[in-house]
Formats: sequence, C-alpha cells, structure tokens
Amino acid sequence: MRRLLISVVVLLAPVTAWSTSLNVQVEEGQVRNKPSFLGEIVDKVVYGESVEVVKEQGPWRMVNTPRKPGGWIHQSAVSESSVELVPGSNVNAGASGKEIALAGKGFNADVENAYKAGHQQMSFAWVDNMEKFTVKNTDIEQFIKQGGLREAGL
Amino acid sequence: MMRSILIASLALGLASCAEMTKVVNGAATVAAATGYISSSQAGSVMRASTAVAKTMEDITPAQEYYIGRTVSAGIVNRYPVKANPAANNYLNLLGQVLVMASDKPSTYKGYHFLLLDTDEVVAFAAPSGYVFVSKGMVKLCKNEDDLAAVLAHEIGHVQHSHALAAISTSRITSALTIIASEGAQAAVGGSVGELTRLFEGSIDDITQTLVNSGYARGQENEADASAIKIMQRVGYDPAALIRVLETMKIKVKPGATGFTSTHPPADERIADIRPLLPPSLIAMAANANRDKRFGEMLRTL
Repeated sequence: MRRLLISVVVLLAPVTAWSTSLNVQVEEGQVRNKPSFLGEIVDKVVYGESVEVVKEQGPWRMVNTPRKPGGWIHQSAVSESSVELVPGSNVNAGASGKEIALAGKGFNADVENAYKAGHQQMSFAWVDNMEKFTVKNTDIEQFIKQGGLREAGL
Repeated sequence: MMRSILIASLALGLASCAEMTKVVNGAATVAAATGYISSSQAGSVMRASTAVAKTMEDITPAQEYYIGRTVSAGIVNRYPVKANPAANNYLNLLGQVLVMASDKPSTYKGYHFLLLDTDEVVAFAAPSGYVFVSKGMVKLCKNEDDLAAVLAHEIGHVQHSHALAAISTSRITSALTIIASEGAQAAVGGSVGELTRLFEGSIDDITQTLVNSGYARGQENEADASAIKIMQRVGYDPAALIRVLETMKIKVKPGATGFTSTHPPADERIADIRPLLPPSLIAMAANANRDKRFGEMLRTL
C-alpha cells in the first residue's frame, strides 16, 4: 500500500508542476511586487516564456520567473496555451518550412510587409506613433486620486 | 436590406469554426458530386478548411496585434488624426484607468487611444487594443463620465474580440468563392502570397464591420455590459452610458454616418442596458475635478 502511494505521488508530481505553468502571451509582460498595475516592476517576461504559478489572488497570479520568485502578473498576460509559432500540421505538404509556419499560425511582420507593398498609399505612421504613447504610473495615480476614482483589479 | 445584411452577419458571426468547417466541407462534397471539381480536389479543400478553422481558433495575441495594426492604419487613413498632445494624453490616461479595470487589461502590446479630427460622431476599437474616438464624439459628451462610457464600451469590444469574429464571414466567403471559380488547388497553395491575400480579406472584412455594417445587437450588448462593469469598478457613473445614447438620439441626425449608423438604434441599446444597471443606483454627484479637467481638454479641441 505504501509503495502504491509513493508510486501515485511520483506519477502525479510532474503533472501538478506542468499544470501550474503558464506561457506569457504579451510581447513584454511586467512582473510586479504587488497585485496591481501600479506595483513596482521587479522583472519582465517575454512572449512565449514560461512562468510557474504559485498563488492566485483575484485576476492576479503570483509567479516564479527564471530570474525572480514571487512576483505578480495579471492573468490576461499569461495563457495555458502554447503561444509559440509551431508549424501547423494540416497545411498542404510541399510548402516551404517558413510558409508552413505562416499558414499554421498566420499573420506576422512578413505578412504585414507584404500587405504594405501592395498598399503603398496606406501609411502606418500614426499607428506606430500611437504605440509610443505611454502614461506614467504616477500620472495614473494622480488622475485616479484627483478624479475621486479608485484603482480597480486589486 | 441593411437589416437583412445585419441579420446575416449575426448568423454568420455566431457560427463556430467547427460549423464553418462543416459548411466548407459540405460545399466541397457537393462540388465534387456535381462534377464541379474532382474528388481529390474536394479532399484538398476539406483539408484546407480544417487548417483554416484551426488557424481561426488559434489566433495568437501576436497575430491579433498585426491584424489590429493594419485595421488601425485603415482608420487613420480614412480619418484625419487630431495631433493634440494634451488631448491625446488625457485620452490615454482615462483609457488606461479603464483598461486596468477590464477583464482583459493585457494585450500583445497594450491599449492605445487616439483622437480623430472629424466632427463625425464615431468611435472604433481595432483588435489588440487600438481605440479611436472622434472630436465629434468627445464634444457630444457632457462630462468625463460620458467619455469614459464611450471608451469603456470600445474596450469591451476588444475584450470580447468582436472585430476578430468578423473574419469568419470572409473566410467562408473566400473558401466558397474559390471552390466556385478557381478550382480547388488554389485553396491550398499555402504560399505567403495566399496568406497575404487572406490577411487583406480579413482586414477588409473587419473594416467593413467597424465602419459600415456595424456589430450585431448581441455584440453591442456584450460591450455595453462590460462597459458598465468597468465603470462601476473604477467609480464612474454607469448610467452615463445611457446618457450618451440619449444625447446621440437628440443631436445626431438619423441616417448619419459613423457611430449611429454602425450601431443598433439607441432605444434598443438603452432597453438592453437598463436591466444591467444596479437596482439601487443612486444618481452620482458630479465631481468638480473631473468636470474641470474634461472642460480643459475640451477647450483645446
């Protein structure tokens, strides 16, 4: 009986560890010192990187990254699904490896460039500009306080 | 006519990827049985449709980002941008406070808000968090809570990936058109060129939904429900959403282009929103600071 229990524990251990592992699904995810977007950034994780969940609090996950244990990341920045560009298995045989990757997982910078080549009158300048808009955490805090609002998601 | 298109769009929009695969496979079988294409070509189409369905279900945040960028490029090439740093900074501050309270605050490269320099009353949300609001829409808002309602509604569309849902229709159309006109092999080329063509079709389809045909009533209802949640979490008056719609009814002429033409009638939306408001909602007192900063921003437009 004791041997059976040990066997069960040994078999289940890797499954438990795997089930608490999540993949980063944003280009750059901020890991913070508290479950809040206004918390201090203690580590950054990149798209496709795996983090280990140790605790949940509302929509926030306490995670261990390869560099920093016990930081917080919002659940919408991580996913149980693999987000890496794995070639699709159902696409037509005979296409190049790159093409299979594209067809399996779709649209990327190459496709955007090909689209731009066919639509040279369309400027992406303002899209690039708006991506650079940033607001400081201190300004957000002031905006919330001054407006009699509250920070949600805690 | 428009009503028929909207109903058709809703029906197609709600079709799952599995259903789409059935549609395409069924069409391929019929085409083969009637001699339109060979049985091997039909097989190719069915394999291709399975691959497409898988892709649709597996759209990654990175792909959503590239779709969102290009849809956004279309919007800023259609409407002039209000290059007003102070107003855009205010818009992004307000937007980020709302985003933090949404159920999907993280997208591939985050949310970004931009003011459009047109008196047309419009607001758009492209996939991955690109939100646009026109000067006309901002001026229609009486205070910050009203503008928060508009932005929160658009964040709701992003949260529910409503724009991406419009792609399904074009995929179905694309697959059936290829079967009917070009033969089966064209559907399974697997080339970057073909993917770019599908990308282009997806962008056109989303833009058509955003700018012309509009979302289905159910999708608007979902976005409104999310907006109410977001506003309650932050501390804005959720009833502002109804106020904005009431103002639109008075100030925007029927048949106008933009926001009013791309949404269900205001009365229908208000009827859908009322049950979502807290039953004991007490009229919220105006906040002098919010009114002040909103007024200051307004004067720069």
